[in-house]
Amino acid sequence: MRLNTLLEQKKTAIVKKWFAATIATYPSDTAKFLKSQKDPFANPVGRTTYQGLAALFDELLKETDHEVIRSFLDPIIRIRAVQNFSPSQATSFIFFLKNVIRDNIKKEDFQAQLFNELLSFESKIDELGLIAFNLYMNCREKIYELKANEMKNRTFRAFERAGLVRETPADKPDLDNINICKEASNDL
Amino acid sequence: MSETPKPDELFSNIDYRPPSSGWMDTPVDIKKGIYSYAGNPKSLEYVGLPFARQWNPIDEDWSLPENWKEIISKGFRERLDRFRSIKVFMDICVRCGACADKCHFFIGSGDPKNMPVLRAELLRSVYRNDFTTAGKIIGSIGKNFKKIIGARELDLQVLKEWWYYLFQCTECRRCSVFCPYGIDTAEITIMGRELLNLIGLNIDWIITPVANCYRTGNHLGIQPHAYKDMMDFFSDDIEEITGVKVEPSFNRKGAEILFVTPSGDVFADPGTYTCVGYMMLFHYLQEKYGFDITWSTYASEGGNFGFFTSHEMMKRLNAKMYAEAKRLGVKWIIGGECGHMWRVIHQYMDTMNGPADFLEEPVSPITGTKFENAKSTKMVHIAEFTADLIKHNKLELDTSRNDHLKVTYHDSCNTSRGMGLLEEPRYVIKNVCNNYYEMPVNTIREQTFCCGSGSGLNAGENMELRMQGGLPRANAVKYVHEKHGVNMLSCICAIDRAALSASVEYWVPEVEVTGVHEMVGNALILPGEHKRTTDLRSEPLPGMEDDDAE
Ligand code: SF4
Ligand code: SF4
Repeated sequence: MRLNTLLEQKKTAIVKKWFAATIATYPSDTAKFLKSQKDPFANPVGRTTYQGLAALFDELLKETDHEVIRSFLDPIIRIRAVQNFSPSQATSFIFFLKNVIRDNIKKEDFQAQLFNELLSFESKIDELGLIAFNLYMNCREKIYELKANEMKNRTFRAFERAGLVRETPADKPDLDNINICKEASNDL
Repeated sequence: MSETPKPDELFSNIDYRPPSSGWMDTPVDIKKGIYSYAGNPKSLEYVGLPFARQWNPIDEDWSLPENWKEIISKGFRERLDRFRSIKVFMDICVRCGACADKCHFFIGSGDPKNMPVLRAELLRSVYRNDFTTAGKIIGSIGKNFKKIIGARELDLQVLKEWWYYLFQCTECRRCSVFCPYGIDTAEITIMGRELLNLIGLNIDWIITPVANCYRTGNHLGIQPHAYKDMMDFFSDDIEEITGVKVEPSFNRKGAEILFVTPSGDVFADPGTYTCVGYMMLFHYLQEKYGFDITWSTYASEGGNFGFFTSHEMMKRLNAKMYAEAKRLGVKWIIGGECGHMWRVIHQYMDTMNGPADFLEEPVSPITGTKFENAKSTKMVHIAEFTADLIKHNKLELDTSRNDHLKVTYHDSCNTSRGMGLLEEPRYVIKNVCNNYYEMPVNTIREQTFCCGSGSGLNAGENMELRMQGGLPRANAVKYVHEKHGVNMLSCICAIDRAALSASVEYWVPEVEVTGVHEMVGNALILPGEHKRTTDLRSEPLPGMEDDDAE
C-alpha cells in the first residue's frame, strides 16, 4: 500500500489544504474567521468542518466503513445544507480532496502501481460524494418537514390534545385550517 | 499529474467561489428560506400602519409610495433627534471589528453582511451621506468619492438590503457585550425596522400577531372562551396525573395578584406543560398559604411583538396588561416565563406607561420578601418569585421525579442580557432536579447565544435562516449532550420553547425542550396527591410505573 504510506506522511498538509479549499467556498472575510478562530463554540462552522475533514481523511486511509463515514460527514453537510449554497456547492468540498492529493504527489513519485492505487482511492472519494448527496437530501427533507409542520407541531397539537380541534381527514387536505395565525388574520 | 483534468476544471460551470467584491458593491440577493413573508395588509390596516398593500419581497417592484425616500429621510432625522443613543451609535463606531464575529447569524450563515458592524453600516452609510457635513461636502465633489468615507445614497437596492438584513437580526444584543464603546446594534435594528414600517415594509410573522394581540389580546387571536377551554383541559390533565383537581380563576376582580404569561404557554407545545406547572404551583400555594391570584383572558399575552415594530406599538400592547391590572383592582403582577415581555417591562415600561402607581410595591404574601427591583413596574418574574419560595423552604419537592432528565439551561437573550436574570432560574432548576449541567461559559449568561428565532423571526418560511442562527446555541447543546448525556434543554422564554424545539430537532434530535416551571410541576408534591406514575407530559416515570402496568 504505497499510496497510503505516502498519504499518511502528508496527512497534516493534505487536511490543512483540504480545509483551506473547503472554507474558500465562503466569502473571504468569513473564510479568515473560520480559519483563525479555534474555539469550537465561537466558531462551530470552522471547527466542525476541520474536525470532520480530518476524521474523514483518517477513515479513508483505513478500510472505510460507511456508518463511520456518515457520522463524520453528517455534521459538515448538516451545516452546509442550511447555508446559502446550491446543492452542488454544498457538497463540492468532497471532490476538492482529489486536487489536494494530486497536488501533493510529486511527478517523480508516480508509477503505474501508485496510479492504480490512486484510482481506487479516488473511487472512495466518489463514494463519499454519493453518501454526501444522501445526507444532503436528508437534511433538506428535514428542513421542509420543519417548515410544513412548524405551526401544526406546536399549536395545532396542543389544541388537538385538548379536543378543541380535530385533524382534517387525510382525503381532504386543507392546510389553511391548520395555520391558525393566517386564519385569524383573514377574518380581521 | 498535470495531464489529468482536475475536478474543478470539470466542474467549471459550477460556481462554488463567492464573489470577492466589497460589501457595498455586492448586490443584495433575497433568498428563499432566509426572508419572511411580507405583512398581511389587513393586519397593517387593523393597527393603523401606513401603506398597507400586497407586496412580495422577491418581486422587483415593492409598490413603494412615490415619496418613500423623503419619508425615510424625515423619519431618520426625527429619530436622530429623539434618540440620543442612535445619534451616538451612528457617530462613534471605529470599525474595530470586535463585534464582527459575535453574531449567531454571522457565525451560522457565514454571510459577512450579518456581522453586526456591517449590519449597522447599512444604516450608517446612509447616515453619513445624508446627515454629516463630511458626507455632504464629499458627496458634492462626486459620487465616487463617497465610498472613501463609507457613505452612500439610499436607493431601492439599499432599501432592499436594509429590509433583508434588519430581519436577519434578532435584536439579541450579544454583539454589544463585546463592543468597547457599548454600541448596541439591536437598537440600530429596532430603529431601522421602525423606519421600514413608515413605508409599509414589515413581515407577516410580526405584524399579524401584533394585530391579533391588539384585537383579541394574544398573538394567535384566540378568544377568551378558547383560553378557558384550554386551561380546563390542563386541569383535567393535572387531575389525571396527580388525582388533584386544580381550579384556576379568571378575570377575578379584587384578587391580590394578576398573572400574565405569553400565550405560547397556553396554546403551544411544549410551553403548555410549563403552563401546567404554573397552575400546580398556584394551587399548591393557595391550599397551603391562601395565595390569591387570577389569570386574565384579556391580558392573555405577555409577549409584545409591538417591540419589533415601533416604540409606539410596543407601548400600546404593553399598556393592556396594566389596564387589566387596573380594571381588576389587583395589587401587583406576576409575569410568566417570557423573554421580550421582560425586556419591555425592564427597559421600557416605566418611562413608556409607568409608573404604575395605582398598584402596590410587590411583596410576596408567603415569604414577606419585598421585590425591590420591581418597585416601579410592580411586576415580578415568576422565576424570581419561585426562587424566593424555595429559598424560604416553602415548597415540598420530590426531585427524584425529574431524575429521568439531564438538564441544561439556555439563558434567553432578553432575560439575561436584557434584565440580568441569571441566578434565579438556575437556583430553581438545581432545587427541583438532580442532574444539571452548564453549557460552555462563552455560550451562557451575558454571552448567551440567541435561540436564532427571536424578535419575530420564528416563522416557518425562513427555516434556513433560523437554523443558521440557531447553530451556535445548538452546537453547545450538542456538546453537553455528548459529554454528559443531557436530554433536556430548559429555558424561561416562550419563543425559545418553540424556536429551540425546531432547532434541536434539526441539530441535536436527542434533546427536548422544557420550561423551568414544568420541572417545578414535576417535583412539587401537591397536598392530597396520589402516587404519580407519569411526568407532566404523561410519559411514564422510570421506576414508578403502575404495578399492574408491567
Ligand atoms: S465593536 Fe463597536 S466600535 Fe467596534 S466595530 Fe463593532 S460596533 Fe464598531
Ligand atoms: S443584536 Fe444579535 S442578531 Fe443583531 S447583530 Fe447583534 S448579535 Fe447579531
